[in-house]
Amino acid sequence: MQAARWLRRNLFSSWGNTAITVTLGAIVVFAALPVLDWAFLNATWSGTRRADCSGEGACWVFVSSRLDQFLFGFYPEEERWRVVLAAALNIGAIVLLFVPPMSRRAGMALAGVPLAILAGWVLLHGGVFGLPLVETRQWGGMTLTLVITIGGLFAAFPLGVLLALGRRTSLPAIRAICIVFIEFWRGVPLITVLFMASVMLPLFLPEGASVDKLLRALIGVALFAAAYLAEVIRGGLQAVPRGQYEAAAALGLGYGRTMLHVVLPQALRHVIPGLANTAIALFKDTTLVLVIGLFDFLGIIQAALTDTEWLGLALEGYVFAAAVYWVLCFAMSRASRRVENQGVGGVA
Amino acid sequence: MTETAAVRVSGVHKWFGKLHVLDGIDLSVAEGERVVLCGPSGSGKSTLVRCINGLEAIDRGDIVVGGVALKEDRATLEQIRRSVGMVFQQFNLFPHMTVMENLCLAPIRAGGVSAAEAGEKARNYLERVHIPEQADKYPAQLSGGQQQRVAIARALCMEPRIMLFDEPTSALDPEMIKEVLDVIVELAEEGKTMICVTHEMGLARAMADRVVLLDEGRIVDAAPPEKFFTAPESERTRQFLSRILHHRESDD
Repeated sequence: MQAARWLRRNLFSSWGNTAITVTLGAIVVFAALPVLDWAFLNATWSGTRRADCSGEGACWVFVSSRLDQFLFGFYPEEERWRVVLAAALNIGAIVLLFVPPMSRRAGMALAGVPLAILAGWVLLHGGVFGLPLVETRQWGGMTLTLVITIGGLFAAFPLGVLLALGRRTSLPAIRAICIVFIEFWRGVPLITVLFMASVMLPLFLPEGASVDKLLRALIGVALFAAAYLAEVIRGGLQAVPRGQYEAAAALGLGYGRTMLHVVLPQALRHVIPGLANTAIALFKDTTLVLVIGLFDFLGIIQAALTDTEWLGLALEGYVFAAAVYWVLCFAMSRASRRVENQGVGGVA
Repeated sequence: MTETAAVRVSGVHKWFGKLHVLDGIDLSVAEGERVVLCGPSGSGKSTLVRCINGLEAIDRGDIVVGGVALKEDRATLEQIRRSVGMVFQQFNLFPHMTVMENLCLAPIRAGGVSAAEAGEKARNYLERVHIPEQADKYPAQLSGGQQQRVAIARALCMEPRIMLFDEPTSALDPEMIKEVLDVIVELAEEGKTMICVTHEMGLARAMADRVVLLDEGRIVDAAPPEKFFTAPESERTRQFLSRILHHRESDD
């Protein structure tokens, strides 16, 4: 009953609207049906080999048989629990960072999340506590994507905060350094940064010294993201009224404590959408590490496409990659909306 | 007099660009004295109180607060600000903190007080401003009058020797002005040194030991309230009072 009323009001309120509704509906049906047909109805879901696919619709066997590799890269099979544990630790820490009570947030941000990231790295890398060493060149797939995104973002965040504060300070030397840094990294494409990190950096290091390729990429990504975060956070700092600084100063709080307890909590709240935007952009940009020979989620799917047994399944591979990226980005976007709407005493 | 002065302002000048906002101010406020600063808008009264705790820098002259000469270096500023409480026109509560957190922040982070002691003190001062039941609310959940009383309690939690009020009732709806004025008068009766910028002549009458009139950056009159309001010596004071009274009548 209610549905019928809704339909009449929104879709069939006049002859013109009815015509538009019918036309658009027809287009949707004719465009969507073949897609549905290919992706679901005629698709092959079970099996282990190429021969299992009927050839009519999508061959999801390609994805299911290689899912482990897409997730873990070349990480040794018997050690994969370490990846799962590290992911659980990090995602858990990040979730705790964003769910109330707020009183826990500072502790999570300053200790919980950094510890989880450190523990994650130790778990993945091993070589201590009796964990066999798994070198970073064996990391790949979604594991690598998450390492670069989470590691890069959380390394970038404190730097971004410092750069944003530095850009607004009255000390000319610090301000100049921050502006030059931010504008340099913002002016360079990420792909260039990654090439620099992988090709140029070793040239500057002394003979024999080498820095892990993944670590180099991570540093590049972190510096790049820091410049963007700094500008987002600076916007938030500008939105905090002068009266807040004055009230803190009048109470005898110094610069550091004023920023930490009064200004930054408000500034960061103001820019949650911008921060989420940067996180989502970085998550997708990690696909660029392919150019320096790291196999992230997309990279490893692409590599699998060249397998002679599975030739010609590019569509399946890319559709799967797109679906996974979309789901994760959408989840991040929803999460940021939730955090935004957490009512904290009407902080707009 | 100068030895016991809580605040001594001598020969203070300040310019905002070309505007000469403070034009040679000399003012001494004794320990325990309650001074009301009034004057037309733009007369420099707010700027003067903001100079006393260093929120505005002065261009010439000296300010001594509790025996400490006001200087631009951070350590001196923070030392003086810890002993001078300030209440703003716009309350300036921290919107992301509960009332309790607003009150405890500075004592814990700047005053070196333990969390338990700060909490106890905060509850005590919330009683004094008559809103102990609002401790766990956020500022946006309170009325303007309640917010301003929280702001007063927040300043008191640092146990300042001097309280500065910068037009504490100007941003309030008329029906909330009284609850804030009552708190300020109660505070005045306890003998705390207070400097209050206000347009509320009723407040001046109720609490002031001395009313000081500023105009164009100069002190043009200073007298105890009964003399200031009933038998003003200066022509400028008479003008000011007649304008305020006239404004009041046309308001009603």
